[in-house]
Amino acid sequence: MDPVILRSALTLGAVALSAAVILFLVAKRFKVYEDPRIERILELLPGANCGGCGYPGCRGFAEALVKAADEGDISALKCPPGGSDTMAAVGKYLGIEVAESLPTIAVVCCGGTLEKAPPKLGYDGPAKCTISHALFNGENGCAYGCLGLGDCVAVCTFDAIYMDEQTHLPVVLEEKCVACGACVKACPRHIIEIRPKGKKGRRVWINCMNKEKGAVARKNCKVACIGCGKCVKECPEKIQAITLGNNLAYIDPDKCIACGKCIPVCPTGSIAATFTPPQPKPKPQKEHKPETQEVSQ
Amino acid sequence: MKLRTFNQGGVHPPENKISADIPIKILGVPQQICIPIHQHLGAPAVPVVEKGDKVKVGTLIAKKGTAFISANIHSSVSGTVAKIDDVLDATGYKNKAVVINVEGDEWEDTIDRSDHLVPEIKLEPEEILKKIEEMGVVGLGGATFPAHIKYMVSNGRKSDTLVVNGAECEPFLTSDHRLMLERTDEIMIGIQIMMKSGQVDRAVIGIESNKPDAIENLRIKAQQFPGIEVIPLKVKYPQGAEKQLIKALLNREIPSGKLPLDVGVIINNVGTVLAIYEAVQKNKPLIERVVTITGKKLKTKGNFLVRIGVPAAMLLEALGEEIPEGTSKIISGGPMMGKALNSLDIPITKGTSGIILMDESEAWRREPVNCIRCAKCISVCPMGLEPYLLEKLAEREMFDRCEANAITDCMECGSCSYICPAARPLLDYIRYGKVNVMRIMRERR
Amino acid sequence: MNNRLVISLSPHIEGDFKVEKIMWGVVIALLPAFFASVYYYGFNAIKVVVLAVIFCIGSEYLIQKFILKYKEKVTAFDGSAAVTGLLLAFNVPSNIPWWQLLTGSIVAIGVAKMAFGGLGKNPFNPALVGRAFMLASFPVHMTTWPKPLENIWSFGADAVTSATPLGILKEGLNAGQTVEQMVEKLPGYFDMFIGNMGGCIGEVSALAILIGGIFMLYKKIITWYIPVFYLLSLAGFTGLFYLIDKSADPLFHLLAGGAMLGAWFMATDMVTSPMSIKGQIIFAIGGGILCGAIRIFGSYPEGCSYSILIMNAFVPLIDKYAKPRRFGKEVYNA
Repeated sequence: MDPVILRSALTLGAVALSAAVILFLVAKRFKVYEDPRIERILELLPGANCGGCGYPGCRGFAEALVKAADEGDISALKCPPGGSDTMAAVGKYLGIEVAESLPTIAVVCCGGTLEKAPPKLGYDGPAKCTISHALFNGENGCAYGCLGLGDCVAVCTFDAIYMDEQTHLPVVLEEKCVACGACVKACPRHIIEIRPKGKKGRRVWINCMNKEKGAVARKNCKVACIGCGKCVKECPEKIQAITLGNNLAYIDPDKCIACGKCIPVCPTGSIAATFTPPQPKPKPQKEHKPETQEVSQ
Repeated sequence: MKLRTFNQGGVHPPENKISADIPIKILGVPQQICIPIHQHLGAPAVPVVEKGDKVKVGTLIAKKGTAFISANIHSSVSGTVAKIDDVLDATGYKNKAVVINVEGDEWEDTIDRSDHLVPEIKLEPEEILKKIEEMGVVGLGGATFPAHIKYMVSNGRKSDTLVVNGAECEPFLTSDHRLMLERTDEIMIGIQIMMKSGQVDRAVIGIESNKPDAIENLRIKAQQFPGIEVIPLKVKYPQGAEKQLIKALLNREIPSGKLPLDVGVIINNVGTVLAIYEAVQKNKPLIERVVTITGKKLKTKGNFLVRIGVPAAMLLEALGEEIPEGTSKIISGGPMMGKALNSLDIPITKGTSGIILMDESEAWRREPVNCIRCAKCISVCPMGLEPYLLEKLAEREMFDRCEANAITDCMECGSCSYICPAARPLLDYIRYGKVNVMRIMRERR
Repeated sequence: MNNRLVISLSPHIEGDFKVEKIMWGVVIALLPAFFASVYYYGFNAIKVVVLAVIFCIGSEYLIQKFILKYKEKVTAFDGSAAVTGLLLAFNVPSNIPWWQLLTGSIVAIGVAKMAFGGLGKNPFNPALVGRAFMLASFPVHMTTWPKPLENIWSFGADAVTSATPLGILKEGLNAGQTVEQMVEKLPGYFDMFIGNMGGCIGEVSALAILIGGIFMLYKKIITWYIPVFYLLSLAGFTGLFYLIDKSADPLFHLLAGGAMLGAWFMATDMVTSPMSIKGQIIFAIGGGILCGAIRIFGSYPEGCSYSILIMNAFVPLIDKYAKPRRFGKEVYNA
């Protein structure tokens, strides 16, 4: 063989061999041990990295799950976008029972549209709800209502909420919302609440957060809750889902059966629902017997 | 003669001192007043009266809270306490206040209501301090810091100079100017009282050069009082900010996060000096102050001596005018640092220095465009910060970097937003960043 | 009172400073150089400038309206595209074909400015990026300059070409000529000062540029730090070498090529220069030294545009470390 070729082959071969040995030793020396379960769980998770679980991304959640599994209890951890199916699959892999959880959705609890709560002042500043909230009580005068500047829309990573141009209130899209809770944290007035989706998507809620006395609240918004308590009385005896506190009614989502009886009795119309409520049957008219008049003959 | 000023930053908004020639008039009392219990920096005062109590002018109605920084509040009218309730204030949010139905105008017997001057200072320094604290005197320059705290020497820090702030750098406001012209003698004696209390030999009064009559007046009077000097200053905003004023007058710079006491200075507004004179020599608590009411569309303007708690709408009535057609903004304070009000029915407090009515042509801001990195905001910042960077960081909520860039040094003077050619809301975002950084700093502790 | 009251945070007054005022101020400052270019290069100069401005404003408008689909007002007419067009025109020879100018404008506005987010977000000077692109793509046309004042007003006449002073210098050095031989071919200092030399249409007249620069200083559109320090460091760097080699004459280097135009109009572009004064001085000194180095040691005869582009790349780093003086940093003893 040509000495040049032989020399080149041997030199290159030696270089390649030493590189391989060095890489092998380095890989062994600096190897990071990772629990293989984390990778497997990561495959089961949705991979949206939304932070709804409260951990940094899906990897953070997977690590927390493995840690909790070693302690034996993963009931405190929940993945909102994945829902019950994901948690069930994770539970099956880890060999731990997971309870069924109801699907939830973000609900906007304010009915102060442009028409019902007309603006009395003008706001001139950056379109950020936190800044406007810190500055004053709001264009329509209600210190508890939606400001309409869209912090919740900006923070949603699932495109599940948008600002309605006509009403200046945010609207949650049922199909896309995964109840990760980002909008709840973003709202400076805590108007958005995570509530169960309800059987067949039927849910009822009080569309107001105003804790002022009734007269004051109504001055700013026509559909404000005035704390009259009619809905509390109307709610069926066995259910009693509505409570009154601080001039504001609240429907407990765990007790409410979405019968809708409270909606028509509200004098201001501040109870909202995802279905049309049944109209109350009109009270039967008493037979009007005309006064018999003796016909004088 | 070259006028002194601070050498870093500053802007020149149009002065509009259109109410400077109008003498102070005394405003009457309405039928009901409403005195908020939180009119000063620090903890709110605690009410010591109840519904139905009878009060006179000067009666203590709220005592200073248990916190170190707090102040007393006294009634400014005589009458009956109607209720102690949450009342809408300037922001539209509710705050606790004492509402009093006015009956007559009876004053407490201890108050000396005579007009004559009392030049002799009979009290000792500690007694002066106690008197100032008792009478609820707070800084009337706008910050409403309880005055007695500034005179308490702590940690071995001692002061050698008293600075009196007569700059009044905000456009439109003229209440301090009128005070310096009309109550000169009392101000001089007030300064002497403060010099005795703080145990300093030297006092310097800083006045912007757009008030030549006040400068002359005070200079002539100061010749009779040893140790008091009047120094005219160049007109530049924010000359009246305490750090900038001390730098201009004495060439001392207060380090970041420290107080004037750390460079040996006690500083007070001219209005506070008058309040101290009245508290110490006349036993009169802080129950009234001079407020300017002005606006380009108003036919007449005014400087009024107003009782605390009177609704601002009374000032307009006293001028005999209605709200001008096209008024779109009502400002409490000056246009650079004041608060926009949502109605004229809010009460005048210890910190209200003026009410300005703005026309719709000036009320709305221009549309903002991209930052063009012209660095004008850096050249006007009196504290040497970089507003464009702080705005960007605050918008993206990178609060740790905001803290590293000294966002807490910002005194919210507004020069950066004023000068920005792209009309960016710099100060709005810097405030947002500041609030969050301070919250993070509190949580850390 | 029917109006709604406006609530906003302070300050409630605004100064009389607008982006448009600044940009159109720069355009006015460029007018003396424009008149000088028309004087020396006639009809072609007018054609190049007008076309460049139309192409730049047009590309910005079209990109904003149809590609980016802006919902808000289009910013093409605020003056910044006009400034880019003027500066790009001043950086090319007067006999450049119109389609090369169009390509350069589209690259300058579309790639160097709009792709980064519009005014204020571009890291590199758009006019210089356009010029660098044209130089790399059309090297022959970008390096043939017509002689000034000859046949400039006749339509379609063939232009007599001449080289720029820097070109003569570079060729001469490569050919091994002595300084005396080169000086014969080079124009004198006065000619170079008023603009009677070959070159791109805007860079020839140092006098006109100086007038424009002083106007901008008066109107407070720029600060004096960048132009002065750039030229000083260029003169200083070449002056050091002048001591050894007489061909590196500092005054010659100041007046030749694009140094004056670069120092007064390109390096001072507010978007691409540092924010603090310390930073601006560092930027200018770096630019001047690089320009001198490229001219003396590089194979290009002209180094000004590249020196500014390279320093533009360093601006974020400079901004990070060169901060303005904070109040209260030095403690004064009472």
